Amino acid sequence: MNEAMVQIRNVHKAYVRGKQTVEVLHGLTLEIPKGDFVALMGPSGSGKTTLLNLIGGLDSPTSGEIRVGGERIDQLSGGQLARWRARNVGFIFQFYNLMPVLTAERNVELPLLLTPLSAAQRRKSVAVALEVVGLSDRARHKPKELSGGQEQRVAIARALVSDPALLICDEPTGDLDRKTADEILGLLQVLNRDHGKTVVLVTHDPKAAEFASRTLHLEKGQLLEQATAAA
Amino acid sequence: MTRTGFVLANLARRKTRAVLTLLSIVTAFLLFGLLQAVNVLFSAGADFVGATRLVTQARVSFTQSLPMRLLSQIESVPGVDQVMWQQWFGAVWQENTQLIFFAADPTRLRAVYPEYVLPDAQWKAFAETRTGMVVGRNLANQYGWKIGDKVPIASNIFPQKDGSKNWTFDLVGIYDGKDAEWQRNTNVGWINFDYFDEANLFARGLAGTYTIKLADPDQARQVAETIDTMFENSPDETKTQTEKDFNLGFFKQIGDIGLIVRWILFAVFFTLLLVVGNTIAQSVRERIPEFAILKTLGFTDRSVLGFVLAEAAALCVIGGLVGLGLATPLGIAIANATGGNLPIAVDHRVWLTGLAAIVLLSLAVGLLPALRAGRLTIVDALAGR
Repeated sequence: MNEAMVQIRNVHKAYVRGKQTVEVLHGLTLEIPKGDFVALMGPSGSGKTTLLNLIGGLDSPTSGEIRVGGERIDQLSGGQLARWRARNVGFIFQFYNLMPVLTAERNVELPLLLTPLSAAQRRKSVAVALEVVGLSDRARHKPKELSGGQEQRVAIARALVSDPALLICDEPTGDLDRKTADEILGLLQVLNRDHGKTVVLVTHDPKAAEFASRTLHLEKGQLLEQATAAA
Repeated sequence: MTRTGFVLANLARRKTRAVLTLLSIVTAFLLFGLLQAVNVLFSAGADFVGATRLVTQARVSFTQSLPMRLLSQIESVPGVDQVMWQQWFGAVWQENTQLIFFAADPTRLRAVYPEYVLPDAQWKAFAETRTGMVVGRNLANQYGWKIGDKVPIASNIFPQKDGSKNWTFDLVGIYDGKDAEWQRNTNVGWINFDYFDEANLFARGLAGTYTIKLADPDQARQVAETIDTMFENSPDETKTQTEKDFNLGFFKQIGDIGLIVRWILFAVFFTLLLVVGNTIAQSVRERIPEFAILKTLGFTDRSVLGFVLAEAAALCVIGGLVGLGLATPLGIAIANATGGNLPIAVDHRVWLTGLAAIVLLSLAVGLLPALRAGRLTIVDALAGR
């Protein structure tokens, strides 16, 4: 777990809102080793989601350097960044963000349309991903026919299907009850421990953070401390 | 699943809206097909191909009669088989129902229009009865006329010598068409020219127009040009065209048909643009977070733009092709129903224009929403900004 998956050096991020420029991250430096499971916590507006977006290549820093998997992503163009995301990152959101018109298996297949895989190969990968999240029997169901927990499992399968090294999770249990939330977090733990995925999790929930191997606290755009969970 | 499958799945997202939008496009392109066919018909130049009959009218207007003395000169033109003349009677039935009636010589009528099927005895009666008239089967059926009836017909042009515009004719024959197409065209009445010429107040020795049966259809253009050249710079300059083009001339009296049709088409497409454009724009607005997710998954701006454009194009292509497809047989039906007098055809020219319209419409309704979807930033879209 020594090789770095994420290296952030002196990153600043500012947004222009109307006539105001709001700096969210102030020269942040951070390193996340491969295979780590990191929880990012902090009050609203502290910059957690902004940091997550930068790590996942959804946004670019105002200044500073971001390397993910050894690749300098802060210098990539929009198109290059999109292709990089397709190959390297899986995203899981609070509200699942599944396509309502597609069945579970079609939702999971969606990222594979960006790969050169044949239809048969895609079907196989989808079946494996749904098997991992325990939803093979709901493959033909549309999101509205699934429970919240099941929808989030489909979202996790979609994040996994192209076998990315990094999973980005933005409050993935924020819309779920405790029991279902624990199941989802347990699943993320399995993906981290057994499948070697590096997981970066943003959460407000201290119990959710307990599933991570360490927790980083952000406040006013700066890292406060690092707490490592007892193994 | 393929990208095409994804586009189609999104189209079917709101079925009622999709069906209603499709119906509006189908209707617009059905109208487009028919109107464009009319436009093509009226914008086309003279077409002599396959013409078996020509009509010679006064160069200025067919409402101006030609004198009878042109007959022998027209008959002498090589390629002319038979010639008849016909005078528009301006017939009115009862209060104000206008009918298509011509005064003609019965023998020449029979020679020039062999498509009219009438027993010899009735042809003979028509030739020998000064006040005789023959009418088509459709006309007779419409007004319940039977052979032997004395039919009062008024003329809104020609009074009798006593000043009365009321005429009475003896129905001596009812003709049919030689086939189904000609049968549909049996809505014309013919009166005996000799009687008309003698009994009317002022039009003596005026032929109206001449109808020429050609010996060889391949000579149509040549015969027409020879006739018109013959009377060039004379007091009776002529315009000779095919029977089809002459018939279209009646419709052209309404005005510049091409211009009217183009304005209607413009109105139809402008409305369609608003309807479909609004549907696509609304559909994109509703799905901003989904487009953001597509981009998150790795679809590029161009891919997302392509998805929206493809949805707009799919709607326009499906609706357009169905509309044009329906217009094609309907055009044939209209041409048949008018007995060939409005021979519109939704042919390859209409289809090509239609396909161009489909492409233009797709771009017009899809481009702006597609650009919006393509340009959205993931972070803002996911945050609902």
